[in-house]
Amino acid sequence: MAERIIELRDITKSYGQVYALGGVNLSVDRGEVVGLIGDNGAGKSTLIKILSGVVRPTSGDILVRDKPVSGWSAARSRDAGIETVFQDRALAVQQTIVRNIFMGRELTGFMGWLKVNKEIEEASRLMREIGFTSKVFTPHSIVGQLSGGERQGVAIARAIYKQAELIILDEPTTALSLTETAKVFHFVRQVRASGRSILFIGHNIHHVFDIADRFVVLDRGKVALTADRSTVKSAEELINFMEDVAHPGGLPGLREAGEAEHQAR
Amino acid sequence: MEPDLESPLRAHAGSARQEWKHPSDHWLRGFVLDNRASLGTLAVFIVMMAVFMVANPTVFTTWYLYSSVLTTLPVALFVVVPLVFVVTCGEIDLSFPATMGFASWVFALVVQAGYDPFLGIAAALLTGMLLGFLVGSLVVYGGLSSLIATLGMNFLLRGLIQIVNEGKSMALTSLSGSWAYKILSSQIYGIPVQIFWAIAFVVLSAMLYNRHRFGAQVRVVGDNPDSAQQMGIDVKRVRVKVFVFVGIGAAIAGTFSVMINFTWWPTAGDGYLLPVLASVFVGGTPTWGGIGTVVGGAIGAVTVSFIQTGVVAAGLSGFYVQFFNGLIIILSLLGHKWNQARYR
Repeated sequence: MAERIIELRDITKSYGQVYALGGVNLSVDRGEVVGLIGDNGAGKSTLIKILSGVVRPTSGDILVRDKPVSGWSAARSRDAGIETVFQDRALAVQQTIVRNIFMGRELTGFMGWLKVNKEIEEASRLMREIGFTSKVFTPHSIVGQLSGGERQGVAIARAIYKQAELIILDEPTTALSLTETAKVFHFVRQVRASGRSILFIGHNIHHVFDIADRFVVLDRGKVALTADRSTVKSAEELINFMEDVAHPGGLPGLREAGEAEHQAR
Repeated sequence: MEPDLESPLRAHAGSARQEWKHPSDHWLRGFVLDNRASLGTLAVFIVMMAVFMVANPTVFTTWYLYSSVLTTLPVALFVVVPLVFVVTCGEIDLSFPATMGFASWVFALVVQAGYDPFLGIAAALLTGMLLGFLVGSLVVYGGLSSLIATLGMNFLLRGLIQIVNEGKSMALTSLSGSWAYKILSSQIYGIPVQIFWAIAFVVLSAMLYNRHRFGAQVRVVGDNPDSAQQMGIDVKRVRVKVFVFVGIGAAIAGTFSVMINFTWWPTAGDGYLLPVLASVFVGGTPTWGGIGTVVGGAIGAVTVSFIQTGVVAAGLSGFYVQFFNGLIIILSLLGHKWNQARYR
């Protein structure tokens, strides 16, 4: 069996009286692409924030390579080889590409002085590696001047520096053009080919279906389904399942309308 | 088959392969783009000095005028520079005048007790750090607005000084013969030595700002604290650190102000609040955080010091000083607004 990168056991998170997560179990093994799907408010964002250490769970255990961790934080998460590309990309837009790539992980030498040339070199290499190169920007360009896709490229470049074991992509294709989306997918396949893991969060189920080895459907703070790619025949099956979970018994109006459409064909 | 060298397609392919030159590729343009804020401030300063020189050429070509500015300017520089860090971090610190007074009080006490002034400087630095840590912790861990909390701390600390000293000053005549005075505050060929220490401080701080992990994290935290936190930066710690840095700067500034006058007053540092704040923003550091310029702030401090001396020396009455102060601040802000873009 492949090595288990991270495992969440019975994680709950409550904000006051409101439960965002009510006992979630989730694990990611080496080299697999896990697709996490769920409706708005299902708890996807909270789950990602817990994985990346930004938010602490109310209860439950986090195991990194089968060892329980304590004092989980954003810095600890990154040290454990987990990198997150957040939905809002978490970039400092008035800073250069270099400063964003090395945010919180500055390359320093003697007494904390920055290794400026090394940083520039590494930043150019990273941008080239993921194919987000352009003739109009340099590592010194200000992130605020870049397009949405280019900013996503910077966020991804930051995530792959240091050979992360697990990369969490939170809605990476939102607001991207077709070619930029294709680039992201190409990147995901590249990462899997190199034996690393990805947790892919998306609202577009077709996108997730195309790319994931395993699906986890989250619904109202609980895992409603975990299924291997081989057991799911089509994206439509997943969509139907999600509709069933969200509205047990179905939405009468919606279902009848669907059947009527079906018969009309 | 031989490639057709005359084909228009081929010519096209050749031009596409050619690298598009980035504006900042040329070193001079890159330098101007990277330093546009501080260069703008420098331009304001040069224009202002030119106006003064035309208004009164005799006074503005005598060394005495510059010597007097260079004596008091260093005190301002030691606090303007750390304040650039604070403003970049998205905070403000109005408590530095009281910290100057408090730290220099400790310095005066140590010197008056007969100890070496260097020991007094060490004690003052420690006091400044502690006060900076106190103010910073109050703002950061207490979750208070830095504008209001530091204003409160300024009154509180100044009040403490006044209560204990009951308005009495301390004369420190023993300072004049000490090594500390000779090294830090005497004159070489008519140039006040403290300006060299201040320049060294500005250069070191500019490097700290641009080429050190501390400066990099200060900028990122001021730019987007949420992202900084998501990337594992201890945002609160960075914020406390900038307040400690102001405490250190204020302690040095306070000590120098005492050494210039051989006297400590309970009001030491009070007059610096507004000119220093003005210098930071005249220097081209914007109010919204994330970016700033240490060198610009220093040039801003030079500009603000010369307004006061310059207006009087140019033959206008002292009543014009405030008017010109305001004029320069407003014109600089308008200039910077035109000069810099804000990205979101």
